[in-house]
Amino acid sequence: MSDTSLVRLAGVSKGFVKGKDAITIFERLDLAIPQGDFVAVMGPSGSGKSTLLNLLGGIDRPDSGEIHIAGSRIDTLSEGQLSQWRAATIGFVFQFYNLMPMLTAAQNVELPLLLTRLGKAERRTHVETALKIVNLADRAKHYPREMSGGQQQRVAIARAIVSDPELLLCDEPTGDLDRASADEILGMLTILNRDLGKTIVMVTHDPAAARYASRTLHLDKGHFEEKELAA
Amino acid sequence: MLKQIVAVTAINLKSIPRRFWLSLSTVVAVALVVMVLLSFLAMSAGFRRTLASSGAADVAIVLRAGARAELNSVIARDQVRLLEDAPGVARDAQGKPLASAELYLVVDGIKKTTGTKANLPLRGIGESGAAIRKGIRLTEGRMFAPGSNEVVVGKSLLREFQGFELGRTVKFGTALWTVVGVFEADGSVFESEIWADLPVVQSLFNRPNTFQILRARLSGPDGLAAMKAFNDGDPRLKLDVKSEQDYFSEQSSQTSDLIQKLGWPLAIAMAFGAMAGALNTMYSSVASRSVEIATLRAIGFGGFPAFVGTLVESLLLAGIGGVIGAVATWLIFDGFSASTLGASFTQVVFSFRLTPALIGQGVALALIVGLIGGLLPAIRAARMPIVQGLQG
Ligand SMILES: Nc1ncnc2c1ncn2[C@@H]1O[C@H](COP(=O)(O)OP(=O)(O)OP(=O)(O)O)[C@@H](O)[C@H]1O
Ligand SMILES: [Mg+2]
Repeated sequence: MSDTSLVRLAGVSKGFVKGKDAITIFERLDLAIPQGDFVAVMGPSGSGKSTLLNLLGGIDRPDSGEIHIAGSRIDTLSEGQLSQWRAATIGFVFQFYNLMPMLTAAQNVELPLLLTRLGKAERRTHVETALKIVNLADRAKHYPREMSGGQQQRVAIARAIVSDPELLLCDEPTGDLDRASADEILGMLTILNRDLGKTIVMVTHDPAAARYASRTLHLDKGHFEEKELAA
Repeated sequence: MLKQIVAVTAINLKSIPRRFWLSLSTVVAVALVVMVLLSFLAMSAGFRRTLASSGAADVAIVLRAGARAELNSVIARDQVRLLEDAPGVARDAQGKPLASAELYLVVDGIKKTTGTKANLPLRGIGESGAAIRKGIRLTEGRMFAPGSNEVVVGKSLLREFQGFELGRTVKFGTALWTVVGVFEADGSVFESEIWADLPVVQSLFNRPNTFQILRARLSGPDGLAAMKAFNDGDPRLKLDVKSEQDYFSEQSSQTSDLIQKLGWPLAIAMAFGAMAGALNTMYSSVASRSVEIATLRAIGFGGFPAFVGTLVESLLLAGIGGVIGAVATWLIFDGFSASTLGASFTQVVFSFRLTPALIGQGVALALIVGLIGGLLPAIRAARMPIVQGLQG
């Protein structure tokens, strides 16, 4: 079972110290996500959804337990190794897009490619391809402030997939968008999952958004409760 | 790695307009520090140059033993006689020694800019007094006539003090004098002096047979040594013999050291203030960029580019401040004329002088402010926990 999983958490514990109080988010949590899955993570506010995503993305560390992703055990990597691993393996999509406001859409999308050995011309074709996938080829030279929220999130998705990572981690990617834009983004994620084989973990509060995923994990009090989507 | 550093630094610098006023305050603070430093250094350099250009290597001066300045030196008439005939003293075509015994007095003047009283040097010079000095040229009028109450004035003195225009009558002590000429002296201290005929000065100031200094043109490169040997070998002399160049550089080093010793501590004290300002600006910069820094780190960028970008921003702001400070100092002060007390407690008029080397010192101080002010914020940028940064 673990062999076919892209993501495997084994006995992961994680807590925070807030002043004098120590709060526990996860205690000996196990989780396996197969390659090519599209998982929605739901749960009450403060249940640890973002913390889970941060652990999967290697931008936060567990207190104990093992995290294996795409064949690497990441909880033991150094900061420098983690950076390189993230560049190669993970695409992040944030609720508020997190684009660089002083860069054009194309320059934003190019950022992850600056961490590769690709030359200028190759980077350019990769950027064009990524922008085409999110239907924004005509907006390459536009700045984030010149685009709608939905368009900015599409640029962010292009940035997340441009270096062809295996795992996309999306924290409330439609949390700041209207229904139409949200559906557009979710449709795009579905295509990335189905046609390009990307494994996606998406945190959301929106049951309508969760319906785009192939299954939903409910996180509450540090444990998962799974609901398979009826087809 | 270089691609990363270039990209992150560019993103960093392009975000400066968001912090425009704060960044500007750092630039201005650094510019002020550099202006203060450079104006003191330019003053010091200008003073040093004025005195350096006053001294000739082929002119010897003789003062009473231990007298560091003319005002507290006395030489007797027979000592003057002996020294005029000393070996090493050059002679003119008629065989007369090229030597000038001089009397140096302090008279009152009024500074044009402030209207305040100041001490001016009145020098009684011998017949060859003007010829011995280098670069003396009359620009207006003529030389004083021997035996008359006439003076010639240096052009800096004419510019800075009231009532020395050609043809004017001035009162020194109890006597009236007429200005009959204006001279220039290659920008040396002599341009801050009033000259008159020695015997007239001696009698009108009731100082018969007293001299304070003897100036002599040297006959050749060994002249100074010969004169010194002669002086040391005669028990009636025992005076101080040195080249005019050495005399003036001793004097200038005292005053220009003093100016520098005032300037550097003041500039460094201000630099600490500017450093605190830069530190604050750069911490704000890191805080305002935390989402961007954390996003780049999440994408896979390293911490080092964030460190470099922050440091470059700090150095850039401080460097701009340094250049603005240097340019402003140059526009305001270069060639700006001032007068200060020289070693004999008389006014020396000199110009501020801003050299490329001084500008280099000013910009270096600015960059040090930027480096130190940016270092801790840059470390914070590099070490910022990504999750915390993403939360803004
Ligand atoms: N850096 C931190 N320091 C202390 N406590 C933290 C930190 N990050 C998260 N927490 C706490 O951990 C808990 C889980 O946070 P997390 O952000 O994962 O929740 P979430 O499920 O994403 O909530 P939301 O739906 O509101 O985004 C919360 O109680 C939060 O206050
Ligand atoms: Mg969250």
